[in-house]
Amino acid sequence: MSAKGANDKGRIETVEEHPLDHILRQDRLPHIWCPGCGLGSAMTCYAQAIERVDIPLKKQVLLSGIGCTGRIAGYVKVDSYHTTHGRAIPFATGLKIANPELCVTVFSGDGDLFAIGGNHFLHAARRNIDINVICVNNFNYGMTGGQQGPTTPVEARTTTTRYGNFEHPLNLPHLAAALGAVYVSRWTTLHCRHLEKSMEKALQKRGFTFIEIICPCPVGFGRPNKLGEGLEELRYYREKSVIKNDASWDEMVLHMRGEEPIVVGDFVDTERPTYLDLEEQMLRAKGLIK
Amino acid sequence: MKAVLTGRHFMLGDIACAEGALAAGCDFFGGYPITPATETAERMALRLPQVGGHYIQMEDEIASLAAVLGASCAGAKSMTATSGPGFSLMQENIGLGIVTETPCVIVNVQRGGPSTGLPTLAGQADMMQAQWGSHGDYEAIAYVPNSCQEMFDLTIKAFNAAERYRQPVFVMADEIIGHMTERVVIPGPKKIKLVSRKRPKRKKNYLPFKPDKDLIPPMALAGEGYAIHVTGLTHDSRGYPVIDEETQHEMVTRLIEKIRRHAPEIWEFEEVMTEDADIVVVSYGAASRSAGRAVNIARKDGIKAGLMRLITVWPFPEKRIKELAESAKVFVVPEINMGQISREVERFASGRVLSVTHAGGGMLSPEAVLQKIKEVTK
Amino acid sequence: MKYWRRPLDKDKIKTPKGHIYIIPDRCKGCGFCIEFCPKGVLEESDEINRKGYHLPKIADGKEDDCMNCNFCMLICPELAIYTEEGE
Repeated sequence: MSAKGANDKGRIETVEEHPLDHILRQDRLPHIWCPGCGLGSAMTCYAQAIERVDIPLKKQVLLSGIGCTGRIAGYVKVDSYHTTHGRAIPFATGLKIANPELCVTVFSGDGDLFAIGGNHFLHAARRNIDINVICVNNFNYGMTGGQQGPTTPVEARTTTTRYGNFEHPLNLPHLAAALGAVYVSRWTTLHCRHLEKSMEKALQKRGFTFIEIICPCPVGFGRPNKLGEGLEELRYYREKSVIKNDASWDEMVLHMRGEEPIVVGDFVDTERPTYLDLEEQMLRAKGLIK
Repeated sequence: MKAVLTGRHFMLGDIACAEGALAAGCDFFGGYPITPATETAERMALRLPQVGGHYIQMEDEIASLAAVLGASCAGAKSMTATSGPGFSLMQENIGLGIVTETPCVIVNVQRGGPSTGLPTLAGQADMMQAQWGSHGDYEAIAYVPNSCQEMFDLTIKAFNAAERYRQPVFVMADEIIGHMTERVVIPGPKKIKLVSRKRPKRKKNYLPFKPDKDLIPPMALAGEGYAIHVTGLTHDSRGYPVIDEETQHEMVTRLIEKIRRHAPEIWEFEEVMTEDADIVVVSYGAASRSAGRAVNIARKDGIKAGLMRLITVWPFPEKRIKELAESAKVFVVPEINMGQISREVERFASGRVLSVTHAGGGMLSPEAVLQKIKEVTK
Repeated sequence: MKYWRRPLDKDKIKTPKGHIYIIPDRCKGCGFCIEFCPKGVLEESDEINRKGYHLPKIADGKEDDCMNCNFCMLICPELAIYTEEGE
């Protein structure tokens, strides 16, 4: 690039298109997420992952519930279903069973998947339905303005925990592992490359997979808890994150304060027959499938 | 095993419902056990694997309907069967089914309510819930069987209507019909008329929610390469959320008109001796069997009574009620609730309506209906 | 780059060269690409886009440092920046 004068020095070459534009609905962008929010990074990683894996885009289906993360389904240009609050997992269950050829991913938030939708997560994981659940955990209900949720750490401030949160949060990877998910990992939105690789792995893996993404929410969580803007939250992740694939369940607990580490990694990678595997196996044994 | 069990059977209502679904091509059932609808789920669990379909028992009725909608989006003909408490839980996703125009069938074998009510005893008190249960405006389609044969026949019709109009359709049975055993005649597969959802003809310029002239858009399925977006938010013809008054007006008006405009082809009722009737008894489901008997006795006693039996309660056959109101002096509406459809009849019968109520827990007796008919003639 | 131990194949391995591209009006100025570029290639510029956010630019003396790792692409929440193989 040739410098055209003092002002142009260091200027980055300007273009109109991005290499992942074809995976996104251009007529719906820019997205609604706040500056400093990590949802865009998580979406880019997903777009990159579905482009890289050896599964045709037309077989990819993306579902979400309600909330900030719930909007992802509207931006990615694959068959996408923006369902009711907390119900994306059972919707995905029906979709996958009715057409096992589809690669089905549920991308939603912590409140959607684990408060209102908690029971559905429990049972889809238990059944080992061959779907991928990606949870963006920003520790609060962002869309409604920063209320306490099922992952809000003890003592954290939100608009409905004005004196600090009295509740214990869920430990998502521990929960998923206990339920029998065949693949469980956690990254922050700063760990883009790990996250993207984990997504590729989950998409190709047979069985119920779970990825938790720790994500900055400068407006709903960062500011009230003095973690600052998105950039400061990511600096905090850089400082406190520890990759530990063999972490024990109590090490996975997130405190998001003081000197407590944020333990990330690929925690579980195993095999277990899926719901459809068992169905086929037993029906075949009874002569109902030839 | 065959999907259509052609022949004469002595069959439980709930089982006839399951056989009707299979004859209609149902290949997915997502449900949760609940009295008095469990026999339908049990039958589907037995029969679906025999015909290449899938039965899955979900964690609750919310999940059941979510799975049913998901399966339909992947191309299955899908259904669930429940009763009052489960129907209440399903209201949320009924709204999703309406607004995303996803065909499916929901069978409600009604029991006594409110709340847990009378799990093993009959009621018909969810009739208004079928039309008004989910939030927001919509037009329901609800069939009401009054025999085991109709449990079979109307379940097929419900599937056809769901596919034709692209929305969840209800079969509003009741415990008496669901738990009754009667003769059911299942015709040969070729004699059963089936309807399938309208599908897009070409990929180019396809807009998932752009309706044809009949107000119904063709439906693309997941995995066909259309990259459709389907949302519970108010959306435009592309399926994209648009949060404004104009889009809301356009979408809601079309969804309502889609059913209202086709109401005359959906309406179904049966009339007995109404031509010269001074007293028209309007009834449906189990209660209509008592109503029919009361009308027969009244006729023998020289009273000009007739029966209009509703087969579809929603959309409500208002046109026929208006016509009958021109000659009938009074309408008598027996039902196993505290007067739900009676009010609906009143709207179109210029107020000359007497209700025969029953709080639920048993069969409304022919005597109760006859007594009301006789009160009118005094 | 300084090594604490000189790799045996240092002369054979060619460091990839990258070229950075930006779609200016998508940028919301979050600063993620600047802060987390592994080679510290970017810094905030005075230039503002249509939305009023300051765009990143290539820092003085870093013109040849991009290694085409594409980390900026993955972390950018707005799909506003990416790298490609350079000459």
